[in-house]
Amino acid sequence: MSGTREDSVALAVSRRRRNRWLALGAVAVALAAVLAFLLAGLGENLVYYWGPTELRAAGDRAIGATIRLGGQVVAGSVRRGGSVSGIEFDVADRKGGQVHVKASGVPPQMFREGIGVVVEGTMTRAGYFDGQRLMVSHGSEYRTPREGENVDMRQLIKSTQGLAGKKEP
Amino acid sequence: MASSVPRTRWPYALLGCGAALLAAGTYGGLFSAPPERYMGDVYRILYIHVPTAWNAMLVFTFAGVCALASLLSDDARWDARLEASMEVGVVLSVLLCAQGSLWAKPTWGVWWDWDPRLTTTAIMVMAFAGVLALRQFVDDPVRRATWSAVAAVVASADVPIVYFSVRWWNSLHQQPSSPGSVSVIFHRPLLLNSVGMLLFTLALIALRTRVAALRLEAELAPPPALSPALRQPS
Repeated sequence: MSGTREDSVALAVSRRRRNRWLALGAVAVALAAVLAFLLAGLGENLVYYWGPTELRAAGDRAIGATIRLGGQVVAGSVRRGGSVSGIEFDVADRKGGQVHVKASGVPPQMFREGIGVVVEGTMTRAGYFDGQRLMVSHGSEYRTPREGENVDMRQLIKSTQGLAGKKEP
Repeated sequence: MASSVPRTRWPYALLGCGAALLAAGTYGGLFSAPPERYMGDVYRILYIHVPTAWNAMLVFTFAGVCALASLLSDDARWDARLEASMEVGVVLSVLLCAQGSLWAKPTWGVWWDWDPRLTTTAIMVMAFAGVLALRQFVDDPVRRATWSAVAAVVASADVPIVYFSVRWWNSLHQQPSSPGSVSVIFHRPLLLNSVGMLLFTLALIALRTRVAALRLEAELAPPPALSPALRQPS
């Protein structure tokens, strides 16, 4: 090694200075990324699903395109088809929009009136939403069964209604 | 040659404490706590999924801090900590996705969907796994430390995005629960498992940091002197 002690100290200092710029640059890139996502989220450029109101507002653009429709299942609107699979219900959002959905297949076990759903499918000219894939979204609440309610797992799986569909004893 | 990397016993104590708390919390979650009103017994995965999520986020946040410190301080120990926390974080978040998937099938009706929370989490796993892969390709320890620290700082930008994803966008994944939205009787196993997993995770990071520091020390050590048998006769 031909470098003196002063040389190596100078080298370490310059490297540290370079790293400081690198650190600053990396933080700037990271912040820019978070900000970009934040602005995109607030500007609603990134959308996972449309509510009934947005779906209605899209008009003909929604027909034939693959769309996710999200909202709450309207109480009293659920009708099971004559065949084993297939189900019809209305989906509503908080803004007052409502769309009729015809979905094929067996709904998930958690499906019930009043629960949140996300349906993948497309809007039809007839004015209903043709659902191909029905997903149920669970809220952030976790509650113990109410007084007198008896949770029977086998019954829950069979009924697809949860305890909400059960008659109070 | 004696290593300058100190040998400590406290990680093993933490590992033991963490495992004991996890065992108690899991027992409580599986056997003592009542079923949930709508999900029945399926909800019990909450007792491991939520602690895993909290710890994965915490560990990746720590990785971001280590990366910044590594860039600003020139202290190789931060590089070792960065490597350890990224690796533990990737393991935790892969577990997180597997647990979430197992829970999603019976509740949502699907194993996976490109929901904002799930998508940003997948990006987070890929990003940190990518930084770990990058480390394998750089032979010079100083460059490896610099490059992976820069990449890790950028990767950690996704951590707050994952956290806020369910607030910023419509999602299939639920909003975070609060103590008020979870029945009180469910709290204790959740708390036990969260603290248990935190201790366990800290211990794993400490042990893995030691491995990384020892490897780095071996890399930087001068090559051993030639054995007398190989020397040219003078």
